[in-house]
Amino acid sequence: MTEFTSIASTVGGILIGLSAVLLMAWEGRIAGISGIASRLLPPYGDHALQSRLGFVLGLVAAPLIYLLVTGNEVLQTVSSNLPLMAMAGLLVGFGSVYGNGCTSGHGVCGLSRLSVRSLAATLIFMTTAFTTVFIVRHVWGS
Amino acid sequence: MSFAVNLALGLLFGVGLIVSGMSDPAKVLNFLDLFGNWDPSLAFVMGGAVIAAFFGYRLVLKRENPVAAASFQLPASKAIDSRVLIGPAIFGVGWGLGGFCPGPALTAAMLGSAGTYAFLPMMFVGMWLARTLAARRVAAPA
Repeated sequence: MTEFTSIASTVGGILIGLSAVLLMAWEGRIAGISGIASRLLPPYGDHALQSRLGFVLGLVAAPLIYLLVTGNEVLQTVSSNLPLMAMAGLLVGFGSVYGNGCTSGHGVCGLSRLSVRSLAATLIFMTTAFTTVFIVRHVWGS
Repeated sequence: MSFAVNLALGLLFGVGLIVSGMSDPAKVLNFLDLFGNWDPSLAFVMGGAVIAAFFGYRLVLKRENPVAAASFQLPASKAIDSRVLIGPAIFGVGWGLGGFCPGPALTAAMLGSAGTYAFLPMMFVGMWLARTLAARRVAAPA
């Protein structure tokens, strides 16, 4: 079980939205993490590699800043089923790039721009994610 | 300069993921588990982020140009094609299996969980496969 954290989750969400808005203001791009991360790999179509590297390094270093500011370590529970996590990674990487966006690109940036395409994408990944967890926890798990 | 700004924005985004709880796969999976001990927190993350970006994008896009680039680069495609159906469907399955989408997985890179190190390299493999396949589709005559 995890605790329901309405206030912290809303505040965290606002920080994520703020980051997306500032990226748009700074260099006019969507803060889609799958797009940013996947373009760290060649071929390079534009000259934004330094920017993308900076953004990804920021994500990676975020737990350090969080520790420095709050004095708390980031707690998380990751499955230790390594084949399952490897498969999950492959599907997440492939699906997000093939579909041109993930939770951030379609979910946050797309929905806030009222994009019908992103709404469709978000409804689809929410549906398959809900279904996957249902099958893993309540069909296989029981 | 853009590297430093992006580093700061990546940190902000990552801290948002941590504060919101979305960096914890256990919390994500409990959100996706409608028929278990459902944790609705992630709906608040999404809500906070979308509302902040909705109003923020409105302000920013009134400007002629972004600060550090010639123009805003908004996704041009509005077509709901097979890629926007298949990609998110696959992404959602992976998200439901591991509880990681790309942002939180990158934020977890230094936190030392074995599952993360199974996930991340395969995520980049999946991203590379999707980019390669998409480029081939564009190159091939329809």
